[in-house]
Amino acid sequence: MDRTNTYIKKIEKDHARFREIIRGQIRKDLRKYISNGEMIGRQGKYTVSIPLPQLRLPTFRYGANDRSGVGQGPGDVGTPIAAGDPAQGGPGGGDAPGQHILEVELTVAELAQILGEELALPLIKPKDRSSILVEHDKYTGIARVGPESLRHFKRTYREALKRAVATGSYDPENPVIIPFKEDKRYRSWKVREMPQNAAVIIYMMDVSGSMGDEQKEIVRTEAFWIDTWLRSQYKKLETRYIIHDAAAKEVDRETFYHLKESGGTKISTAYQLCSELIRKDYNPAEWNIYPFHFSDGDNWGSEDTKRCMELLSDDLFPRVNVFCYGQVKSAYGSGQFKKDLDDRFPKHGQLLTSEIRDREAIPDSIKEFLGTGK
Amino acid sequence: MSEAAKRRETQRKALSQADQLRRAQDEILKHAHDYGLQPFRTVFELVSHDEMNEIASYGGFPTRYPHWRFGMEYEELQKGYSWGLQKIYELVINNDPCYAYLMKSNMMVDQKMVIAHVYGHSDFFRNNMWFSQTNRRMIDEIANHGTRLRRYVERHGQEPVEAFLDAALSLESLIDYHSVYSPHRRRARYEFVEEPETSEIRKLKASKGYMDRFINPPAFMDAQRKKIEDQLQKKKRFPEEATKDILEFLIEYAPLDTWQRDILSIVREEAYYFAPQALTKIMNEGWATYWHAKIMTEKALKEGEVIDFADHHSATLGMRPGTINPYKLGVELWRSIEERWNKGQFGREYDECDDLATRRSWDKKLGLGREKIFEVRRIYNDITFIDDFLTKEFCIQHKLFVYKYNGQTNRYEIADRDFEAIKRSLLFRLTNMGHPVIVIQDGNFRNRAELLLRHRHEGVDLEISEARDTLQNMYRVWQRPVSLETSVEDQPRLLSYDGDKFKEEDLSSAGA
Repeated sequence: MDRTNTYIKKIEKDHARFREIIRGQIRKDLRKYISNGEMIGRQGKYTVSIPLPQLRLPTFRYGANDRSGVGQGPGDVGTPIAAGDPAQGGPGGGDAPGQHILEVELTVAELAQILGEELALPLIKPKDRSSILVEHDKYTGIARVGPESLRHFKRTYREALKRAVATGSYDPENPVIIPFKEDKRYRSWKVREMPQNAAVIIYMMDVSGSMGDEQKEIVRTEAFWIDTWLRSQYKKLETRYIIHDAAAKEVDRETFYHLKESGGTKISTAYQLCSELIRKDYNPAEWNIYPFHFSDGDNWGSEDTKRCMELLSDDLFPRVNVFCYGQVKSAYGSGQFKKDLDDRFPKHGQLLTSEIRDREAIPDSIKEFLGTGK
Repeated sequence: MSEAAKRRETQRKALSQADQLRRAQDEILKHAHDYGLQPFRTVFELVSHDEMNEIASYGGFPTRYPHWRFGMEYEELQKGYSWGLQKIYELVINNDPCYAYLMKSNMMVDQKMVIAHVYGHSDFFRNNMWFSQTNRRMIDEIANHGTRLRRYVERHGQEPVEAFLDAALSLESLIDYHSVYSPHRRRARYEFVEEPETSEIRKLKASKGYMDRFINPPAFMDAQRKKIEDQLQKKKRFPEEATKDILEFLIEYAPLDTWQRDILSIVREEAYYFAPQALTKIMNEGWATYWHAKIMTEKALKEGEVIDFADHHSATLGMRPGTINPYKLGVELWRSIEERWNKGQFGREYDECDDLATRRSWDKKLGLGREKIFEVRRIYNDITFIDDFLTKEFCIQHKLFVYKYNGQTNRYEIADRDFEAIKRSLLFRLTNMGHPVIVIQDGNFRNRAELLLRHRHEGVDLEISEARDTLQNMYRVWQRPVSLETSVEDQPRLLSYDGDKFKEEDLSSAGA
């Protein structure tokens, strides 16, 4: 049995190494030899493509003018037998890939892991003052009564054996042990309260006229990855969505990404609403709270900005783990708000600001937000 | 039922499965002996599909050295298994005793079929000449390789060891496939030509001066002179003869650290160990299939098992268009040989008969079939097997064809059903295991300890971009500039890599 275990571990090490190479984390010199193979499988009535990355070391081998061989079957000269699918042709086969139905075989947990590894994100340290208590059963002891399904075989046998020896009914030639009711032992459990980490992300987005589709797409992509990462860190994660222009309101996820309003911008309204949400639903003693705010940096007047700062320092910072502000660059936005924040709270431990110029900047921005491990 | 009782129950079942298998093994072995097979003592192990996939990933050796490509193999097998696309039926190791693995979850009839099949392989390993020099204690050897490699990783770090191993594996096929049967792979080379003391040519004495050019014709004299010059040239060459065993040359002459040299030798040893299996794939699979079918249908099969057996047996022999199934081709060739020698369809008289009807009904009732196939399994390999026994009738009967890629339609199409073309194509694929023939031409190229390789071009170009990368790996080992002489679209070319950049020279204009 033990040997079996060492077997499995051994190949898993090699497999993990292979996965790391495929993901490009190590041995970047091998990257050019990776090809994306696939296996065609069936799931119900659907054809699915199972991705099968391959890594082939270069060798001296025959090139493209060797695409012939011997086959078997009926047909005249000229009968096609297979599409020119470069399935075993290796990398560099110039043919366009066939249009298979794609099935990306990645779980969200794997995604989060890749994200964490790619961006070298630190694991998040939950607040010490956590948290919600959840009841867990833990088998800790042995009892004389209990359901048969929990009978402890070994203990029962031992008791029966002891009794048999003591009463002299034990016969070494014919060692049959029959347990009585008194011999029976059962597993028993205790209920324990285990702390569980819970977190909430409150997304806020500026939907005023200056935020275009591209900006929303960036926010959506970034929000997805942040969501994915935090989900991998907390067992219980809630998300809330707030949109604002000159007024703020809470919406569902669908609306959050698709709604387009046009109007002025009063960021303070969003912060006000966020603060109310927290007060109502999320006790900071139990929850790890992550507000994220995305905007193009335009705010309506310095009066409102001042109000925002007050809300942050008086209401939000004392309650949240960290407050994240992401500024998406847009054609119309002035980008002033990030500057104001940075000036007002220089090096503040609970404020993270990041500027997202374009899609390419998303990974860096995620790293700025999550890289601190708070 | 309590947990413990369940455990006992499964244990009892497992025991009885092992008992049943042992009984089946004994029975099948007895049949095999009765038919004249002489397999090694064979140890069967029952494994789960996970273990089977792992062992198969390591080429049958669970103790093999660690490397990512085994992990890659594993991922493919696992995915294939979990999606129900493939399943490994048999896995057998050429070793004395032979080791074979049976999948726990298989039905009894499958197990019997696999056991019979394995005894076929075991007999082939033991008796085919091409396996005669393989290490029959390879299980130990491979475990040693694993230990050594792990030690190098500990001592020199994973990255450098793995990178060097990758380079070595990229050169893995550069061995001399024709020397696998030789007891001393590297044999002493005898030169029975007397060494000429001078570059003078010996002349016959002509009695008359005018007779000289008849007794010593100038053309012959020139040829002699050239021969002597060649001899002298050859003595200066290094290596003296172009060598195909490039790995050996590198092990002996490349300026390497001991651990690097050892990694090369590990890769070379394993390449030579696995080579005979690749050299006899069609024969070996055909042989095992022939015997499992025979033993099962004539002896071991129970009535209730017939349908499952037929189902799984035919799955083994199934064909996909455009590919050759070595099991199918092999077993049919063995059967064809047996039939021909039973009926006497061989020899000059038969060969010269060109009346189709007579040929077809040719039966001299010689009954030499069984004897013949045992002889063939002893001394043939796939190349000679195809060359001698693939007949025109066989090609027609089994609908063989040559296919080619048609660039215009982006499809593979049937190109030819001509017997000669089919045979040529099959033999080409088998020559040098389907690898291009590369030799070391000069180990002191340009008189600067550079390495010159030559590709013996046989009508098909190399994949140039990969050849470059392989040269790069070669440089990593040789540590001096390396060059490769080849042809690209009929133009002789010299590819070179000097550790920094590549160069491609056109040799045709140089006139060399």
